[in-house]
Amino acid sequence: MVSRGVLLGRWWCTPAGGGAVVAAAGGAVGGGNKGHHHHHQQQQVRRYGAHYPIDDVVFGLTEEQQQLRKTVFDFAQKELAPHAAEIDKKNEFAGRREFWRKMGDLGLLGITANPEYGGSGMGYLDHTLVMEELSRASGAVGLSYGAHSNLCVNQINVNGTPQQKEKYLPKLCSGEHFGALAMSEPGSGSDVVSMKLKAEKQGDHYILNGNKFWITNGPDADVLVVYAKTDPTTAKPQHGVTAFLVEKGMEGFSTGPKLDKLGIRGSNTCELIFEDCKVPAENILGKMNGGIYVLFSGLDLERLVLAGGPVGLMQAACDSAFEYVHIRKQFNTRIGEFQLMQGKLADMYCTLNACRAYLYSVGRACDQGHFNRKDCAGVILYCAEKATQVCLEAIQCLGGNGYINDYPTGRYLRDAKLYEIGAGTSEIRRLVIGRALNSEYK
Amino acid sequence: MSLRVLVGCKRVIDYAVKIRVRPDKLGVVTDGVKHSMNPFDEIAIEEAVRLKEKKIAKEVIAVSCGPTQAQETIRTALAMGADRGIHVEIPAKEMEKLEPLHVSKILAKLAEQEQAELVIVGKQAIDDDSNATAQMTAALLDWPQATFASKLEKTDGELEVTREVDGGLETIKVKLPAVVSSDLRLNEPRYATLPNIMKAKKKKIAKMKPKDLGVDLASHLEVVEVVDPPTREAGIKVEDVDTLVTKLKDAGRI
Repeated sequence: MVSRGVLLGRWWCTPAGGGAVVAAAGGAVGGGNKGHHHHHQQQQVRRYGAHYPIDDVVFGLTEEQQQLRKTVFDFAQKELAPHAAEIDKKNEFAGRREFWRKMGDLGLLGITANPEYGGSGMGYLDHTLVMEELSRASGAVGLSYGAHSNLCVNQINVNGTPQQKEKYLPKLCSGEHFGALAMSEPGSGSDVVSMKLKAEKQGDHYILNGNKFWITNGPDADVLVVYAKTDPTTAKPQHGVTAFLVEKGMEGFSTGPKLDKLGIRGSNTCELIFEDCKVPAENILGKMNGGIYVLFSGLDLERLVLAGGPVGLMQAACDSAFEYVHIRKQFNTRIGEFQLMQGKLADMYCTLNACRAYLYSVGRACDQGHFNRKDCAGVILYCAEKATQVCLEAIQCLGGNGYINDYPTGRYLRDAKLYEIGAGTSEIRRLVIGRALNSEYK
Repeated sequence: MSLRVLVGCKRVIDYAVKIRVRPDKLGVVTDGVKHSMNPFDEIAIEEAVRLKEKKIAKEVIAVSCGPTQAQETIRTALAMGADRGIHVEIPAKEMEKLEPLHVSKILAKLAEQEQAELVIVGKQAIDDDSNATAQMTAALLDWPQATFASKLEKTDGELEVTREVDGGLETIKVKLPAVVSSDLRLNEPRYATLPNIMKAKKKKIAKMKPKDLGVDLASHLEVVEVVDPPTREAGIKVEDVDTLVTKLKDAGRI
């Protein structure tokens, strides 16, 4: 059971004793006394820590989905948000393992996995909501969550044998284990099928040799879905790819040093090194030489679910900016009341909500078994690029304060930029959509 | 004896929302404002669910009086582990005039109807801060009351309740049936797990109106005016203690 205690900043929460007295003194409209004792405007802004409400009814969320958002919001804001700045600054999430167990207890890690193996048996739209609310609190932990719960857990849940699911899913769902997925290599980014990591059969094992690069959760992962070339002779290179389940500690498997990134800091990324790494044949995920099916079907859902990340970051940018411009005064006027600023706020608001509406529509379709590759790519293309722009506008709203790292808007921007690069670059997403459109006119 | 526990949970403006006074100064703005369960009521629900987990309680019923949206509050309680809900429908317009006495009458009647042996409510709601419902419910039922509970233990047919009072803790015993109000440190409410959120969907919420329970909502109180708390003004620096004393005397503080 994860108990949540009292949320930070509740005005009636005094350290010990006198709770009743303080609460009574708060008065009927006393909820508004937050910040009154702080002259310093900067302090006041932080104290408010306001969250701009999301109108879930407009976005057609069911009662359960609204409840889900509320739960994850409460959890993320209490357990994660207070640590987000430090996680970013130190490029390290000290409480990672403990936090993972808490997420496991809530049922977040195996959200789409079968309850038989410890999952929660929920849908992809539910998954994007969780991704959104976690990213709103910390972009880095949001991404680590996406890599674990979708790229690793969901791939095993969709493609694994009953034995593989039995072996790997319960610990991944409970948070005892960390999960990752490895596709990119130093020389194979967008051109993923040119991968060089090779797997050669030797008795009842495969011997893996090569490297993977930019692997989210790489340094922490206990279980990894790894794509390797099993047949270099095929006419089409994609037909010789197979997915493997690799465990930390397997002979010949090691990880490189943690990478120093622009953003998403504290979500650990590294190189994976395979030197005669011995993987049992029973650890093939999906079909032999059928890895490309696993890869591309997974990519559609990966793009959908991860798009919750930029939407959460956009929301966080609006949370900060909207509040700030209604406290900060210049020319004796709250700056949010100047027309140029009003225009900016309106644009940020509409962009955020248009992104969210597109994301949820595609998520809902996927839950009905309708996977449209164009829209899965489209949703992350659009949300990611808009997130960067909205975060830039949030920095502008905060002016000088937006440019210093005491405020979170700079972090939002650095985190948001990742989504134009990871899980396929914007260019590749456009290519996917463009090619699909072309093929419709052949 | 295994208890049936009735828990009150009020839908209030979320604690994190900046409260705005209405232009007519007769209330605060509630339209389009985020609401959630009164935090002290979450503690009450948590305690009831823990009693059930310890097999001291056999059933936990969550009650909320309010407009349609009060059902969201009940669903939260169900997701936390309450067994079923009762929604006493009060139209949004009448909600403003709903007083602790009305709620107490509703709770007392429901406690009788449901044959509850324990009623737990938050010590106060963070919107009106009345701190009256537990006390009046106990009076109407003629049951003992244990208010501001920070610890609750069941002994044979009795509850041992620790209360936070000025300058320390007071431990009292009350005979069951009883009414308890929860204080801040009674427990730390849990997050609803995802499987429990899904299960909550299948739990039943009964709907009724105050008049079904024979409760008349005639007003006894009138709101004269609601105003913002005064804004704190900047302080001044004084030269010496004498000036300080003079200034304090002038301000009528000493």
